[in-house]
Amino acid sequence: MTHVTSVLAQDPLIDFNFQLLVDRFWANTIDGLSYGSIYALVAIGYTLVYGVLRLINFAHSEIFVIGVFAAYFTFASLGFVPGESPQLGLFVLIGSLLVAGLVAMAVSGGSAVLLERVCYRPLRKRGAPPLVFLITAIGASFAIQQIFLITLGANSQPTIRLLRPTEVFEIFGARVTNIQIMTVVAAIVLMVVADTFVNRTRLGRGVRAVSQDPATATLMGVNRERVFMLTFLLGGVLAGAAALFYIMTIPAAAVYNGGFLLGIKAFTAAVLGGIGNLRGALLGGLVLGVVENYGQSFFGGEWRDVIAFVLLIVVLMFRPTGILGESLAKARA
Amino acid sequence: MNAPDAAAAKVPFGTRLRDWWGSLDRWQQWAVLIPAVLLIYLLPVLNPPLLTTEPGTDFQITLFNAARIALIAIGLNIVVGQAGLLDLGYVGFFAVGAYTTAVFSSPDSFLATDYPWLACIPLAMFVTAVSGLLLGAPTLRLRGDYLAIVTLGFGEIVRLLADNLDPLRGQRGFGAIPGPEVTRADGSQVFTSTDGTPWYWLTVTVIIIVLMFVGNLERSRVGRAWVAIREDEDAAESMGVPTFRFKLWAFAMGATVGGLSGAIYAGQVGFINSQGFDIITSILFLAAVVLGGSGNKVGVILGAFIIVYIPDRFQVIAQYRFLIFGLAIIVLMIFRPQGLLGARQRLLTYGRQAYQRLIGKGEQISSESALGKHEEGVLR
Repeated sequence: MTHVTSVLAQDPLIDFNFQLLVDRFWANTIDGLSYGSIYALVAIGYTLVYGVLRLINFAHSEIFVIGVFAAYFTFASLGFVPGESPQLGLFVLIGSLLVAGLVAMAVSGGSAVLLERVCYRPLRKRGAPPLVFLITAIGASFAIQQIFLITLGANSQPTIRLLRPTEVFEIFGARVTNIQIMTVVAAIVLMVVADTFVNRTRLGRGVRAVSQDPATATLMGVNRERVFMLTFLLGGVLAGAAALFYIMTIPAAAVYNGGFLLGIKAFTAAVLGGIGNLRGALLGGLVLGVVENYGQSFFGGEWRDVIAFVLLIVVLMFRPTGILGESLAKARA
Repeated sequence: MNAPDAAAAKVPFGTRLRDWWGSLDRWQQWAVLIPAVLLIYLLPVLNPPLLTTEPGTDFQITLFNAARIALIAIGLNIVVGQAGLLDLGYVGFFAVGAYTTAVFSSPDSFLATDYPWLACIPLAMFVTAVSGLLLGAPTLRLRGDYLAIVTLGFGEIVRLLADNLDPLRGQRGFGAIPGPEVTRADGSQVFTSTDGTPWYWLTVTVIIIVLMFVGNLERSRVGRAWVAIREDEDAAESMGVPTFRFKLWAFAMGATVGGLSGAIYAGQVGFINSQGFDIITSILFLAAVVLGGSGNKVGVILGAFIIVYIPDRFQVIAQYRFLIFGLAIIVLMIFRPQGLLGARQRLLTYGRQAYQRLIGKGEQISSESALGKHEEGVLR
């Protein structure tokens, strides 16, 4: 046993790096916020569907991957070539981004609605118990992933860069890039739009009504099927937008299994903020992104994903209703 | 099989088969079972021409893999099928079992103990049981979807730990893990990683022993508590079932069987690293349980066999197998949520005697119509 102790003493299992945490504090905060806004956009899909259907839409991460591929292939069909980074005029750039973003949003939104039609509606008609929904969602996630694996191969697509990340300004010695600014701004704008939609419009009122009490909402004349379709559409559209910014932040992201980790993290964000709560999703996403980056500096890069999983378990154990999740908890209890 | 087909057009075949089986005497059941088990044992030697997977894949290895997944499915079935707790991270327990064996027996290990394989088996089962308790104790208050996600996280954490903790060697892995030390007359080893037959026989024997244990558990107070929890946790709690304790019990039992199969796997392949313990594998285990029919031991064994056998038999579809299983899960859940052979509600106390008295021995009355079709053991 002396051998064991000596091995463990010489070589600690995990290196704690306070210095790096302090040095990279602001850089990590900014990176974390930009990652976190992507998590937040995907988290909305989880939170909305959970709010109205009480279902963790396990296949939502694949909806996101569909968006990533849609954005990628739009880049490719617009004539951008892997490996080069063209000097584009501002209008061409904005135009290309808009086109790619719209295509990704449309494709993701459409496939989310299709998923609901094909997989969940038949189950609903048969009054299946919740666990059957979840297993179906897992099957769907699995199947979509495999379709990408078989058609496009296991390697990620060659990277296409529309835009090199360039420093726009510095804050406390940490550089802020144009892509990060775009991501955060777009995420906040989309969140505000989604929040306004759910809280201020007639259709949004229907969504909230079904979320509170599906049976009564139906009696009051809310078309439940339409509400379900709408929530899947909205979640899918936002996942598509997230996909665009994700592939710009990480150009090698177009790979068949790219959704798994991000899906888990987005779900963690949704739970962290309080599942069923739109503003909570934004908060949870930003918190998770930042915490993950601090942890990466502190524990080392290889522990990045472990941090997200441990955070997920800890949050679910001690506060399953999340930071802002009280209202839903009461509704469920 | 010769199920009675008189006036049974409406009754599903599976139900007829089960009623026929239930109406047999014990000795008649044994008379069918013993030759069937013998046939199962003889499969790798007979290598039946239509059934064989050669020349594409070694038939004996395929059989061993099917038996190994069947053992895993039986363990996972305790958790998912019996107690109704959806566990997406079962591969984590499998990995803990395999790694415990590797750490204690492989010369690559930092412990450098070189235990024989046989000594590692109880160790692996003990460590996985403890890890089941460690995961279950804090998390089993969660329900349904949330529990599923937490177990998923656990499975990934185990894999990431194996990947990143230095003593667990990540991708380099542990080599030269010994198997059982059995030698032939000429001194050569019986259990090698290339010959599936002895491993298949060993695993089938283990499965039979585990089935006896699990069957006894199911017929006991514990099993009744599990079914009660699966059907309605709140009702069970209010009827005085200590749900938390029995859920923990199910978790630990399921984990132990997972650890046992992990140890067998490590002994057979002789080399493990952090690859191959990912979520896809975990979903595949779940697919075996769900396809076959969760809650039904025969069903999950069938499911495991399908999952291993079909890709090996039909090489053309081998690369599509995960896609096929994904689609199969969707279709199955929509049209037959209880799986190919679903669990059935039956009288749990006094089981056999009460059942026979109720339906009248030998009479072919479907219990399905008596109990209501929609009440059949669907996961909740």
